[in-house]
Amino acid sequence: MMTMVDSPNMSETEEMHESELYGLLGEYDNVTSLKKAAERVRDAGYSRWEAYTPFPVHGLDKAMGHKPTILPWLVLVAGISGCLGGLFLVWYTNATSIEGMPHALRGYDYIVSGKPFFSLPANIPPVFELTILFSAIMAVVGMLVLNLLPRFHHPVFTSERFARATQDRFFIGIEADDDQFDRERTQQLLRETGALTIEELED
Amino acid sequence: MATIRLTDSAAADEAARTPDNTVDITIERPPLVLGDHDFASVTQRVCQINENSPPLTWWVAFAAAVSLAGLLHALILYLFFTGVGVWGNNVPVAWGFPIVNFVFWVGIGHAGTLISAILFLFRQNWRTSINRFAEAMTIFAVICALIWPGIHIGRPWLPYWMFPYPNQMGMWPQFRSPLLWDVFAVGTYFTVSLLFWYMGMIPDLATLRDRARQSGRKIATFAYGIFALGWRGSNRHWHRYERAYLLLAALATPLVLSVHSVVSFDFAVSQLPGWHTTVFPPYFVAGAVFGGFAMVILLVIPCRVWFGLHDVITNRHMENMAKIMLATGLIVGLAYMTEFFVAWYSQNTFEQFTFYNRAFGPYAWSFWMMITCNLFIPQTLWIKSLRNNMVWLFFVSAVVTVGMWFERFVIIITSLTRDFMPSAWGSYWPTWVDIGMFAGSFGLFFTLFLLFVRFLPIVNIAEVKAVMPQAHGHEGYGAAGTTHEQRGEQRALDSKPGSDDAEGR
Repeated sequence: MMTMVDSPNMSETEEMHESELYGLLGEYDNVTSLKKAAERVRDAGYSRWEAYTPFPVHGLDKAMGHKPTILPWLVLVAGISGCLGGLFLVWYTNATSIEGMPHALRGYDYIVSGKPFFSLPANIPPVFELTILFSAIMAVVGMLVLNLLPRFHHPVFTSERFARATQDRFFIGIEADDDQFDRERTQQLLRETGALTIEELED
Repeated sequence: MATIRLTDSAAADEAARTPDNTVDITIERPPLVLGDHDFASVTQRVCQINENSPPLTWWVAFAAAVSLAGLLHALILYLFFTGVGVWGNNVPVAWGFPIVNFVFWVGIGHAGTLISAILFLFRQNWRTSINRFAEAMTIFAVICALIWPGIHIGRPWLPYWMFPYPNQMGMWPQFRSPLLWDVFAVGTYFTVSLLFWYMGMIPDLATLRDRARQSGRKIATFAYGIFALGWRGSNRHWHRYERAYLLLAALATPLVLSVHSVVSFDFAVSQLPGWHTTVFPPYFVAGAVFGGFAMVILLVIPCRVWFGLHDVITNRHMENMAKIMLATGLIVGLAYMTEFFVAWYSQNTFEQFTFYNRAFGPYAWSFWMMITCNLFIPQTLWIKSLRNNMVWLFFVSAVVTVGMWFERFVIIITSLTRDFMPSAWGSYWPTWVDIGMFAGSFGLFFTLFLLFVRFLPIVNIAEVKAVMPQAHGHEGYGAAGTTHEQRGEQRALDSKPGSDDAEGR
């Protein structure tokens, strides 16, 4: 159950035990005030907080001050391994026949109209495609893993108003685990930045 | 969100409501979403297509498509039980309708990746209204394409031999063959397109999930929720998502160029006159984009009307697609002329005869059909009033689709029926199974497409919102369709004392 603070619709706020509180959620309805609010939260020294938007907002990464992701490097590693794997595949299966390998795993260098067993021009297409395939799979799967998705349960989903986060409203959520978090002061900060409603979220 | 009118006159209201965004004002970017839209109304407009029951037209179209798809499947079973002899394939025309259809469908798929990936890299924001549509079309076209190589092998119970796996025969695929490059290229293309399409849909599936939860539809919430993977719009997630999107776009660009090049290598790496030419890779890729855009336009025009998407897929979007179709059509025309020129310039008897045979031989009717459909009729798109006329654009797109099918027919059949030695010449006619399967493949395509339209968000809502002026901080100044000039005037009006807006700005 969540409690609404500062909302005209709720009459009373419930007392919540500190241990159950996940954090505070502030709602905004335009991009500019969200970015300004994010800058203020960043400058106030909070580290465990997040902004929730229905689309990626330009300039919000800087306003939040978080580090760029390592995903591009992971994709590069995946691409290189796809390339090397592809080269190994076409070389081993079409250009070698090593004595002593088990029959099913042994390469077979059969002659096809006198073409070279390993010729880069003829072998580039499969190698290239495998490079792209591995990189693309890593881009998507890596993005999901780094985002710790799928995650079907999260305290923000208990909020009724949060359903608009994927439609037309913007939110800032500050976790209670943050060192700077103080129920009154953090609420005050969100109020000052112009949040339309502020909610307490339960863990 | 309230719209602030600039003047009182009705005419100015009308102009402000639906500006002609096909015209380029030099300093200003034309608006990409017309009408008085804010984020909520755009979301509503697109999501209601999935949330309301489908119109009767959908049911009628679905019934027709499923029947044709059923025909395809029945004929495939007939083929498996009887053998490849049910087709018109013979010697010398060992590649007939099946391969023509394969190249046709693979080519159609390329427009989707071009719109998603290449236009993204070129920062063409107008792609956001049509990219979901086009990517779906790519996936379904590639599915239709992949059927043909799978069933046209003489022993259809052995397609797994195409893949490199350790086996008791100690055999591996021949990696120097373009037929195997196809396996890797089209397989990779399908996988990457599917990943790109799905990843792009995750935020919109989350939107549908949340709307379903708000209106209490439990099954929809669960179904969309599973595939939305718990997306909650967190900005750190968006950051990684945007990086992954850019990387996928950058990877998909060389991929799409390579895939149809590899398909063209099926022909170019052979020795037949008319096939063995280096112009094939760029020619095929341009032709694929040409045919693909025609199919996108064919699908978009009815959907705009049936689902009321004129504000999101505006006249400017249609204009841009028509221009790209015209441009790629010109490239294809240039490729035709290059082929003819090289055939003459090479003074190679066989090459010269091949092209003479195309224009005046027994299959000349297909050649002139191709030239009319691909070269002559699309030139009418130079005329702006015809470009903006949806009926004419639909007609030209249908003509181009037919023309591109005939292009592959001409390439394959004329070169195979009349190659080097007259003693090896033959002829080719499709059988009823060939024609039935071809029609059936359209049924499969439209079945998948209609299911997509019914259940999945057909416009990339998050991206469309991201290119509206409100996304960059120009909110509250009225319609998304106003220009900077008009907004500047409004700012001047607003800055007068007593006209402060309550929203944080």
